[in-house]
Amino acid sequence: MNNVFRLTLAAVLVAALSACATPTRDAEDAEREAEREAAAEQERAERAEREAAEARGLGRDREFDAAALDDPDSPLAERMVYFDFDRDEVKSEHMPMLEAHAAYLSQNPGARMRLEGHTDERGTREYNLALGERRAQSVRRVLNLNGASDDQLEVISYGEEMPVAFQQNEEAWAKNRRVELVYESRR
Amino acid sequence: MQRVIHAMLLGLALLWSAQAQAVLEVTVTEGVTGAIPVAVAPFAWEGEGSPDEEVDSILAANLTRSGLFEVEREGLPSAPSGPADFLAEPWADAGMEYLVVGSKRQDGDNVIVEFHVFDVLAEERLGGWRIPVPADMLRRGAHRVSDIVYEQITGDPGAFSARIAFVSVERQNDSREFRLEVADSDGANPRTLFRSEDPIMSPDWSPDGRELVYVSFENRRSEVFRQNVETGERSRIASFTGINSAPAWSPDGRHLALSLSRDGSPNIYVMDLDSGDLRQLTRSSAIETEPVWSPDGETIYFTSDRAGAPQIYAQPAGGGNARRLTFESGYAAAATISPDGRSLVYVHGGDGGFQLARLDLDDRRVTRLTDGRDAESPSFAPNGSMILYAMTDRGRGVLGSVSRDGQVHQRLAAREGEVREPAWSPLN
Repeated sequence: MNNVFRLTLAAVLVAALSACATPTRDAEDAEREAEREAAAEQERAERAEREAAEARGLGRDREFDAAALDDPDSPLAERMVYFDFDRDEVKSEHMPMLEAHAAYLSQNPGARMRLEGHTDERGTREYNLALGERRAQSVRRVLNLNGASDDQLEVISYGEEMPVAFQQNEEAWAKNRRVELVYESRR
Repeated sequence: MQRVIHAMLLGLALLWSAQAQAVLEVTVTEGVTGAIPVAVAPFAWEGEGSPDEEVDSILAANLTRSGLFEVEREGLPSAPSGPADFLAEPWADAGMEYLVVGSKRQDGDNVIVEFHVFDVLAEERLGGWRIPVPADMLRRGAHRVSDIVYEQITGDPGAFSARIAFVSVERQNDSREFRLEVADSDGANPRTLFRSEDPIMSPDWSPDGRELVYVSFENRRSEVFRQNVETGERSRIASFTGINSAPAWSPDGRHLALSLSRDGSPNIYVMDLDSGDLRQLTRSSAIETEPVWSPDGETIYFTSDRAGAPQIYAQPAGGGNARRLTFESGYAAAATISPDGRSLVYVHGGDGGFQLARLDLDDRRVTRLTDGRDAESPSFAPNGSMILYAMTDRGRGVLGSVSRDGQVHQRLAAREGEVREPAWSPLN
């Protein structure tokens, strides 16, 4: 008992001492590391929540026929998903459009879609080829989760090789960081 | 397992005519102070008419382009063409440290090129050579002469006889044409090995300099092909599910390192070129790409973003743990290794864009080599003297080169279209 008490006291003292001490470089690093981990954890949680929200969208009663693919007012008319620099997460603004395409694919099992991943010109070509694939895979996961089946979706990457905008500024780069949804077969 | 498909596309892949090829122009943008003054006397010609190529002009241009020399051709004290009449004093008075004299003589279908190199300050002849060159190969002969002169003066082998492979792109309205081209080291004599409406990427030479591997999107996805430079014979060697990219030929010529995403995320694999068998070297869910072999074949350097951003790693080629090498950059990728295996040059990225940096493996020192914002695709010269790379100039892709120490900068610009992804051939 006495020993336990002494040990506890020692632990309290050590804790108090380190709390009083000026934060060392290591402590600051550890703090920053902890902050980073917390941020990453929050991001994971948010993503999980978002995906859960998408999953709830599965039951929604929406019907699309092939004509909707040509209707400029339909969310199906949108075929581009844009990304932040060196990121592959699908942003929430693109979710309604992707849910609509997923619903269409699920209602038309014969439909086939090619997901073409692209990047901006910054960074090396080979790394960008891989990044383009990651982006297309992110879009595939969203479509999968919302009802499209794996054999309806083909992922390919062109990296930075096929830009749509040729200027060297953020506006052009933002247009080039994209996944294009290409219907190979409509029904 | 993927079977190697031998598709003989001889007709398709053969060299196209000379029209519409990217012709490279070389501009020395910056040189070293303290370049070595060398006089190149005009080479006398004995024969009918005049020769197709001026060996002495090509020699002078090569030496100038290396950035190490200040070449003098005008106002020389005399016009010697042989060793007999060499007197050091007037050349020393003219500020010259070295002198090259020579002549060309017609001998049937050959041209005999004879030349001598003098050390003016030591007042001695370093050597004399007599080389028979087929008359229609005089330009290559001139590059050989340049290699010898370079080695006599610097002590290092020259790389002027080596060639460069690169990708050129031309856009017209909605159409694009991608070409894989091979040119002399000075950009002259460009020839197209393959052309396509779809992107071409990542050329790399076989160690014997007879073949190239590269990535082509001709089937609407990235696949790896190998092609014989001389015959045009071509075969597809990697077309797995996912991306097939970044081929790098092993120093023994029997293996290829490459990045494949067949299992979902890109990892480094080693392919046995005879059997097509694959061995997986890295196993991570990060992006793992851009493998390069150490000259002894023992180590593979590659790019991975397993730490959150791309960095360069080293891993034993036979398998084992990866070791991170770069800690100074927010973005470090696309390494090329010096022929002595002691330095890596890679793309360093940060808020200021992308530059080339050199990492010396012995002492881990890092030196920045370029100042621009968008350097890409570095490739070491086979003598280690300089690095060729891609950059943009007013929105157009051009090739640049920088000396190993970062002091001498040059630009090789295509007259039309744009050029990218240079790969310097081995010496042979």
